[in-house]
Amino acid sequence: MAIIETEDLTKEYDGLIAVNKLNLKVEEGEIFGLLGPNGAGKSTTLLMLTTIVRPTSGTARVNGFDVVHQPDHVRRSIGIVFQDPSSDDTLTAYENLKLHGMLYNMPKDLREKRIKEVLELVDLTDRKDDLVKQYSGGMRRRLELGRGLMHHPKIVFLDEPTLGLDPQSRENIWHYVEKLSKEERISVIITTHYMDEADKLCNRLAIIDKGRIVASDSPEMLKKVIGGDVINIKIKYPDLEKIKKLDFVKKITEKNGIVSLAVTDANKHLAQILQVIGNVDSVELRSPTLDDVFLLWKVSPQRDESAEGGWAEKIVNYRSKK
Amino acid sequence: MDIYKELNGILAIWYREIKVFLREKSRIVASIVNPILWLLVFGGGLGSSVSIPGVNYQSFIFPGILTQAVLFSSVFFGVYIVWDRKIDFLKEVLVAPISRTSIFMGKIIGGATDSMVQSIILLLIGLLLSRVGLISGLNITAFSLFAALIILFLSTCAFVSVGLIIGSQMESPEGFQLISSFLIFPLFFLSGALFPINNLPAWLTPLTLADPLTYSVDALRSVLLNVSHFRFIFDVGVLAGFTVLVIIIGTYAFKKMKV
Ligand SMILES: Nc1ncnc2c1ncn2[C@@H]1O[C@H](COP(=O)(O)OP(=O)(O)OP(=O)(O)O)[C@@H](O)[C@H]1O
Ligand SMILES: [Mg+2]
Repeated sequence: MAIIETEDLTKEYDGLIAVNKLNLKVEEGEIFGLLGPNGAGKSTTLLMLTTIVRPTSGTARVNGFDVVHQPDHVRRSIGIVFQDPSSDDTLTAYENLKLHGMLYNMPKDLREKRIKEVLELVDLTDRKDDLVKQYSGGMRRRLELGRGLMHHPKIVFLDEPTLGLDPQSRENIWHYVEKLSKEERISVIITTHYMDEADKLCNRLAIIDKGRIVASDSPEMLKKVIGGDVINIKIKYPDLEKIKKLDFVKKITEKNGIVSLAVTDANKHLAQILQVIGNVDSVELRSPTLDDVFLLWKVSPQRDESAEGGWAEKIVNYRSKK
Repeated sequence: MDIYKELNGILAIWYREIKVFLREKSRIVASIVNPILWLLVFGGGLGSSVSIPGVNYQSFIFPGILTQAVLFSSVFFGVYIVWDRKIDFLKEVLVAPISRTSIFMGKIIGGATDSMVQSIILLLIGLLLSRVGLISGLNITAFSLFAALIILFLSTCAFVSVGLIIGSQMESPEGFQLISSFLIFPLFFLSGALFPINNLPAWLTPLTLADPLTYSVDALRSVLLNVSHFRFIFDVGVLAGFTVLVIIIGTYAFKKMKV
């Protein structure tokens, strides 16, 4: 059974369509990533799935329950870390967690036990009696992460959970999220702007823009769409027309004097490309990352309704339009 | 609906409001000092040239000042829901498995606790002032104190609801401030907190009668001073009716509230 399933999920804010007929399916135990630029509709999607915002139209089921008609059942199945700080900074960390336990109707013994455990987990045991006001941004983030997990939810929503964390804390949280998913079969929905994070963590991800899914697959498959390796060339006066004529070049983008090419069998063709393009300042050849997927997709033109098929077609469309 | 679960939710919200209240010492102090200034300075100043048959003017306005203090702090409490929304704490509460009705109830009890602490302190100060003879004629007994607290409790529940209704619709604390002062001052001045209501000009009487605070002030006068305009039971009935009404409206407003 899909743990989350949406059908044409839509949210409109006076005229602005924040989420547009979204169809998502997340399997139990999966770590599912939502990627997209600012304003794409990621947070709005999470808010609808967590019953905080009512969809304008469409339906969503979370853990088998309808978000509009059975909100209480949905709420009991989920935990969420919001994008913006949502702890009370006039309280201490301990008090915030206690409050959370009370809101979730946890018996006192269990509550105290879990408070201890999550404080350990997010490494805040020493500071538990300090007011959250006195916390750094990252500490507060960690507190809220611990809080979201405290009541043993079946599904966890993380809205940019590692934003503003130092590398060590990010690693810890990744590690923990993986553990949750592997050992406890907890399903995780995560939004992020960090490609390395999505690449490392997610079994599957969806890239959304302007409220619509533009690509959805495993990180590996998405990277394959690029169709080869990536060559970045730093050059002052690139002659793109000539490069375009080479049939092993699948994709060209140019930004800030750097030309990025998606190339099949790059090792074999590098010499030829350099010959065509002329004097370059520097060259870099590597396997594609999700960053490339993201950048590639970002420059694609408006995603009109008529564009049929998967996202590879769209890239092709893009190329032919240009 | 699981009653026990909802009660725990109410308790949780209450727990939080109390913690916040106790940490804001300056708010507590201000909520005590202002009414005393009204009583001593305004009451003392005006009382030297105004006389009301049968009672000392300061004693006469003491119930009015109590009600004012409760009115201000109760309505003002609604601003916290605006802050909760601003800092996104509201989302944490709304995503918890408790009903919005319980959230509303928890908030009312939280706000009422603040006002009741304030009321008790003010009543004790009143007791003290009348013992040392600064104000005279207050009928302060265990029973009258208890009855006064009941009336103040009903009033605070009503006006916390009013504050929360406004707060549930507002995006900014400034907006809240503006709307609530438009409401608070007419309610206070029309209520007869500062003057007797039996000899008012004809145009003023209906306004005064339409002001729920009038009945709160009058009921308090009847227990603390043994003077009143209406019968005690009538005052309490109107007040209780108004309280129930605004709680119903408030519950509805919370159900419709957006984050
Ligand atoms: N309460 C609201 N009222 C009006 N418009 C809103 C509201 N919340 C979000 N929007 C709009 O909906 C769109 C999607 O916003 P959303 O917060 O879901 O984006 P996001 O993908 O989470 O972006 P980010 O990466 O910046 O967090 C934006 O255009 C935003 O302006
Ligand atoms: Mg967001």
